[in-house]
Amino acid sequence: MSDVRTTGMADRAVLATPPSMARRVRGLSDRAIAWLFIAPTMLLLLAINIFPLIWTIQLSFTNYRANRTAEAKYVGFDNYVAILTKSDVWEAMQATAHFVIWTIVLQTVIGFALAYLIDRKFRGHGFWTTVILIPMMLSPAVVGNFWKFLYQPQIGLFNYIISFFTGIPPSSFEMLGSVSLAPWAIIIVDTWMWTPYVMLICLAGLRSIPGYIYEAAEVDRASPWRQFWSITLPMALPFIMLAVLFRGIENFKMFDMVNLLTGGGPGSTTEVASITLKREAFEKWRTGYSSAFAIILFVTVFGLANIYVKALNRVKQR
Amino acid sequence: MMRLKKSAMALGLAGLVSAAASTSASAAGELTLCWAAWDPANALVELSKDFEKASGTTMKFEFVPWPNFADRMLNELNSGGKLCDLLIGDSQWIGGSAEGGKYVKLNDFFDKEGIKMEDFAPATVYAYSTWPKGTPNYWALPAMGDANGWFYRKDWFEKPEIQAEFKAKFNRDLAPPKTWTELKDIAGFFQGREVDGQKVYGAAIFTERASEGITMGATSALYSFGFNYENTSGKYDMEGAVNSADAVKGLEFYKELYKCCTPPGYTDSYMGEGLDAFKSGQVAMMMNWFAFMPGMAKDEKVGKVTGFFVNPGEKVAASTLGGQGISVVANTDNMEGALAYIKWFAQPDVQKKWWSLGGYACHNTVLNDPAFKDSQPFAGQFLEAMGGVKDFWQEPAYASLLQAMQKRLHDYVVADKGTAKEALDALIVDWTEVFKEEGKL
Amino acid sequence: MTAARTTAHSVVEPSALSKWIAGVLVVAYAVITMVPLAWILMTGFKTPPDSISYPPKVVFGPSLEGYCNLFTTRTRQTKEYIEALGPPTTTCDTITRNRDMVIAGRSNYLPRFINSLIIAFGSTFCAVALGVLAAYGFSLFKVPFADDLLFFILSTRMMPPIAVAIPIYLMYRDLGLSDTALGMILLYTAVNVSLAVWLLKGFIDEIPREYEEAAMIDGYTRLQAFWKVVLPQAATGIAATAIFCLIFAWNEYAFAVLLTSGTAQTAPPFIPTIIGEGGMDWPAVGGGTTLFLIPILVFTILLRKHLLRGITFGAVRK
Repeated sequence: MSDVRTTGMADRAVLATPPSMARRVRGLSDRAIAWLFIAPTMLLLLAINIFPLIWTIQLSFTNYRANRTAEAKYVGFDNYVAILTKSDVWEAMQATAHFVIWTIVLQTVIGFALAYLIDRKFRGHGFWTTVILIPMMLSPAVVGNFWKFLYQPQIGLFNYIISFFTGIPPSSFEMLGSVSLAPWAIIIVDTWMWTPYVMLICLAGLRSIPGYIYEAAEVDRASPWRQFWSITLPMALPFIMLAVLFRGIENFKMFDMVNLLTGGGPGSTTEVASITLKREAFEKWRTGYSSAFAIILFVTVFGLANIYVKALNRVKQR
Repeated sequence: MMRLKKSAMALGLAGLVSAAASTSASAAGELTLCWAAWDPANALVELSKDFEKASGTTMKFEFVPWPNFADRMLNELNSGGKLCDLLIGDSQWIGGSAEGGKYVKLNDFFDKEGIKMEDFAPATVYAYSTWPKGTPNYWALPAMGDANGWFYRKDWFEKPEIQAEFKAKFNRDLAPPKTWTELKDIAGFFQGREVDGQKVYGAAIFTERASEGITMGATSALYSFGFNYENTSGKYDMEGAVNSADAVKGLEFYKELYKCCTPPGYTDSYMGEGLDAFKSGQVAMMMNWFAFMPGMAKDEKVGKVTGFFVNPGEKVAASTLGGQGISVVANTDNMEGALAYIKWFAQPDVQKKWWSLGGYACHNTVLNDPAFKDSQPFAGQFLEAMGGVKDFWQEPAYASLLQAMQKRLHDYVVADKGTAKEALDALIVDWTEVFKEEGKL
Repeated sequence: MTAARTTAHSVVEPSALSKWIAGVLVVAYAVITMVPLAWILMTGFKTPPDSISYPPKVVFGPSLEGYCNLFTTRTRQTKEYIEALGPPTTTCDTITRNRDMVIAGRSNYLPRFINSLIIAFGSTFCAVALGVLAAYGFSLFKVPFADDLLFFILSTRMMPPIAVAIPIYLMYRDLGLSDTALGMILLYTAVNVSLAVWLLKGFIDEIPREYEEAAMIDGYTRLQAFWKVVLPQAATGIAATAIFCLIFAWNEYAFAVLLTSGTAQTAPPFIPTIIGEGGMDWPAVGGGTTLFLIPILVFTILLRKHLLRGITFGAVRK
């Protein structure tokens, strides 16, 4: 049976190992070795993660600009107030939420359905599973860039295929250029890439359900429909939730694929939070302001993840 | 902050610095020139072969496509990288790069080598070299004059049946437009028409969102309609100038043109997309920089049938300024070589060859030559355009100002958000905020 | 537990019809999902005019022009000039001259590809080396605050990359690491080491402690036992972890686009800037994308058994 460790993030369970039974003090002690082995990683993370994080927090209270020579001035919470009261930022947050929610919904539904079908174990399912998994291993930037070509009205394959099946002329709609379609264009690409991810985790969930539960249900003459709702779905739920958690965090951070597909356009329709942040930090060079924005994003994703993990545990305990 | 930086080094990274520095240092006798990836850049490679021969220096080039050019290069300058020794940077970067010490000030060098700025066209010196604007403080040598202009299909314009139909409809001859209103008539006339058995469209215009496209396109209309950045120059009093009735009309017009007469899918298009549309025979007219005209005239398919015209007027005659000066990056390891390149480049003979290869020289010996006007089918238009150019803000905060305009224009023109007046009002709010942060308001 | 896994579904086999339907649906999905990838491959072998023809060409005469354009820069010249050059020497020469152009030099694709190789392999080596040591340290011995340290290691991956890049940019600027391979290797190592520690700890925990103890009774020191017993036992896990780290570093875009400009630029930020005389040179982009994706395809197939574990940070094992 598969071993689900969804709680890894929250209670970080059973990580301890039994102390060595035959400890020998020959050369270094185990304790020394353990610390010696852990230290380089910790030092690297301190240098590349923690120190920069502290620096970002410090910068977020200044009006520092990385392209100017002027000394940074302490401005208190001005940057935070400015960000939280700016309508553009909220629009970016809405665009992000729209993107995150819809990609999760689509990927979960399609991913679970695929996993359920693959779990029927038809001939060659192993091969086709590997084929389905390919998109998620590819570089979102490089592939996102190519989708821009697929989405070209007239010369692009996507519009042509839609036109082939629906009769709508291919040049009559613009996936990346129209306000109503562009948010969906990025959702389609993300779903194409990441549905396999959800599928793979769901598949593990389905395979973790012991056969005897179904046997018992057969004995009770429960209909397949009822079996699905009362056995399959509840038992696979922790896995689905795990997939949703990972996808949620990843897509909240989304930058590369959207940046190459739409660059946030048309107008600011698909300007997700990371693109706003990139513009403030690396085009306008408002380093202090964007540091505050970065901290807000970090707290948000961290907070959401924690709330979610708590909810996840409650589901598991049920 | 300094303390934190020091502690970072104490964390043990300092040891890596020397190793890193040695990998990025450029070898002596080698120069890297950074510019945008476009036709004139290839011409410059060709031209620079003479310099390589004369000086024994090896030239390396780093060309970045326009939509990424400003991002990449300003990032490079700010990061203190050593990729570029020479940079042909956009006119708007001058303010920030001068004040931030990113470029080398060239006054002393010019004096020593006898390079006189009076030898270059005044508009180009003002736009590409000086900061603060108009003062004799030079940060670049004018390298490439440029303005936004128009390309059109001469062969389509000259077809008798098309001419007759146009005349019947508009009661005037079909000719390159003198005003934006005429331009829209012509674009609307061609939109959806069958020409040579292919469905064609009116005009390709700039609508790009991420870098500077839609601003450069829309200002071409705005300037002609009477848009100004300030009521009084240098006062940052934008109310009534940026959102004047003329400006609103100009912006509304640009949107109408976008809606009525552009090919499908040109929602995020800049120079490259325009060139593709024009060369593949999709559009009758294309807005694009003069820089592409020499290459277009040589094109094997449409070179012979392409005509050129200056950005049309409406209330006034005006063109959006492009073009760049060549600067020495302050961080260079080969200062001598970089200055030697500029000295070589400033020579009248080299400037003449530069023009013949497809670069827009700004030197008076080239421009004032009586034969210049007829040397190319777009030379006269170039002089006319450069006589009435306007540029975007060149302030150190130009990127913030540009990003604000990109957003407001694209929101209004492409994403159908609000009215033109609202877009320009919002732009004043954005810009006021920037200038306040800068301490200029 | 292993027994439960093998017996799952052994009695409740899906019916032949449901297997057939499931197979058809899954294969249909897999085929649809491969269309964009097939299109990338095909576009690489089209001529530029074929690549932008309307309607899109499914059948076309294959050409190497895209690959020639990918590796070269070209300038347009007059016919007389080209004739004066003498006969073409290579296939690409011939192809280019047929378009009234001559090859001026090499493009930047190959150097960028090599940068990708150096940075991806360099950072993978460092991340796995650090990760093995740290994972063994955590596994060997009850480290105080182990849970918190492990959680901290993981949380570093939750930051949006753009937010992380702000202080890193400033730090690298002060240290002279901007646009250097070393800087990118350090950064990718820091990002990957969290994944490496989590995955490898799982793999090392699975190795029976007795092996190590037995070796130590035979007279090995702890370090020798680690070297001679634990590492060989964990070889598969190390290989799988390495491939995951490699894929991340290979695909990464956001850091690369912000922190490199030329000398150390990798392929993902470069490929979307391959332009022809006008806009994107799609056959060259298709070729560049294909070459860039092939290593990942190979690795995906090698990794398929361990994919699940890798993408969930070891939270789900099979």
